[in-house]
Amino acid sequence: MEPNWALARKRQNLEQRARIVQTIRAFFVEQGYLEVETPHRLPGNAPEPHIDAEQSGDWFLQTSPELCMKRLLAAGYPKLFQIGRCWRQGERGRRHLPEFSLLEWYRTDGTYLDLMEECERLLRRLVPSGVLTWAEQEIDVASAWERLTVDDAFRRYAGISASAALDAGEFDLLLAERIEPKLGTTTPTLLYDYPAPLAALARRKPDNPRLAERFELYVAGLELANGFSELTDPLEQRQRFVQDEAARSAAGKPGYPIPEKFLAELGGIESAAGIALGVDRLVMLLTGAEDIAKVVTFTPEEL
Amino acid sequence: MYACSDLRKGLKILIDGEPHVIAQFDFTKPGKGQALYKCKLRNMLTGALFDRTYRSGESFEPAQLEERDMQYLYQDEAGYVFMDQKTYEQTTLTEDVLGDDRYFLIDNMEVKILLFGERGIGVTLPNFVNLRVTEAEPWVKGDTAAGNNKPATVASGYNLQVPSFVEEGTLIQIDTRTGEYVTRVKE
Repeated sequence: MEPNWALARKRQNLEQRARIVQTIRAFFVEQGYLEVETPHRLPGNAPEPHIDAEQSGDWFLQTSPELCMKRLLAAGYPKLFQIGRCWRQGERGRRHLPEFSLLEWYRTDGTYLDLMEECERLLRRLVPSGVLTWAEQEIDVASAWERLTVDDAFRRYAGISASAALDAGEFDLLLAERIEPKLGTTTPTLLYDYPAPLAALARRKPDNPRLAERFELYVAGLELANGFSELTDPLEQRQRFVQDEAARSAAGKPGYPIPEKFLAELGGIESAAGIALGVDRLVMLLTGAEDIAKVVTFTPEEL
Repeated sequence: MYACSDLRKGLKILIDGEPHVIAQFDFTKPGKGQALYKCKLRNMLTGALFDRTYRSGESFEPAQLEERDMQYLYQDEAGYVFMDQKTYEQTTLTEDVLGDDRYFLIDNMEVKILLFGERGIGVTLPNFVNLRVTEAEPWVKGDTAAGNNKPATVASGYNLQVPSFVEEGTLIQIDTRTGEYVTRVKE
């Protein structure tokens, strides 16, 4: 019997993946972050209009550990990180797996601007040469990164303002088709200041409440991370949950119970910022793999 | 009718009354936004390839195609000739319509020909074919890591990646659905 060729040829990527995860851990531990594990099964996730959880008995598998991470912040843990599994129903493509690894980190002493700067330092640590090559693109990680507002990106690459695209229901399609392929092609791009309706758990900008302090990191057109200054006002957060729950049930999706313990404790955080980074996609970028299947041991189809 | 969640490589749908096959498929989702289904479609009548992105909520009419058992005979200037073994009727498929499938045809191979009306517009191959390697770099002694690979060419002119221990003259099995190497064939 020959060994399973498809599995055997992943060896280099899997070895590199292990080194990447070790480097990530070292990076955060050195800066005083505490690594934690929170439960995978939850009574409910934070409601998101376009993210569907897998049911697990009467509960759900997590789509992100964000609610538990923020409860820890509220209890007085100032700097936290977690590398864990998340599940999102129906998401399977060259850049998506329905079960995937997410790195999340949170801090009570900063805003989304501090997270952007941490992304820069983390990626520079992971790419000592300063240059990474992916899908025939050379990305300079060492120089200053491009910072582009969402509205500027829409005007530049789609010829329409972000709010007009949102009103026309074309925001996601234009972002995926016209804008994302242009992002992070010379240096990584930090795309920031999203329309407030597209940021369920983010704080609005103090000087412009129509925008939220949310950003996404793109490298070589690949969306790598999503971070924001956290909304810490329990009343506004409850309103948004109720709205998003109503949108979910109108779309025929299963309801989540309102996370009362989270809302009760949220007021204990004065301010905070948090971010989720796709570990599988990071490994894709650093190994050159263009298909997510090549950086995980088994895809669902291989089981 | 198919929904977006049914879309996958190889699915055959009708667009403007003409059969199309999904040649490449990808699911994507920008940010926390809505799901998008990116398709590269091949018009099965003309062979023309084009991109189209669908959003959840759209639906698709299946292309009703008859399949007929036929045998592959030979290649001539017009294309690839197949024969119905019961009626002895012959059908020719062009290179454009066959795409990469043409590399996996072996003389006298039994296949299913897809018909749209009376017209042959595609082929369903056996899942696995055996082809001989005609070009490959020699095996470097000591390179025993099972995951190492190298490019190779098989008798039909098809290029693929194979493990480092596969040498010229080796008969290998290829999965016709993915175009990838499976294993060496014992002779």
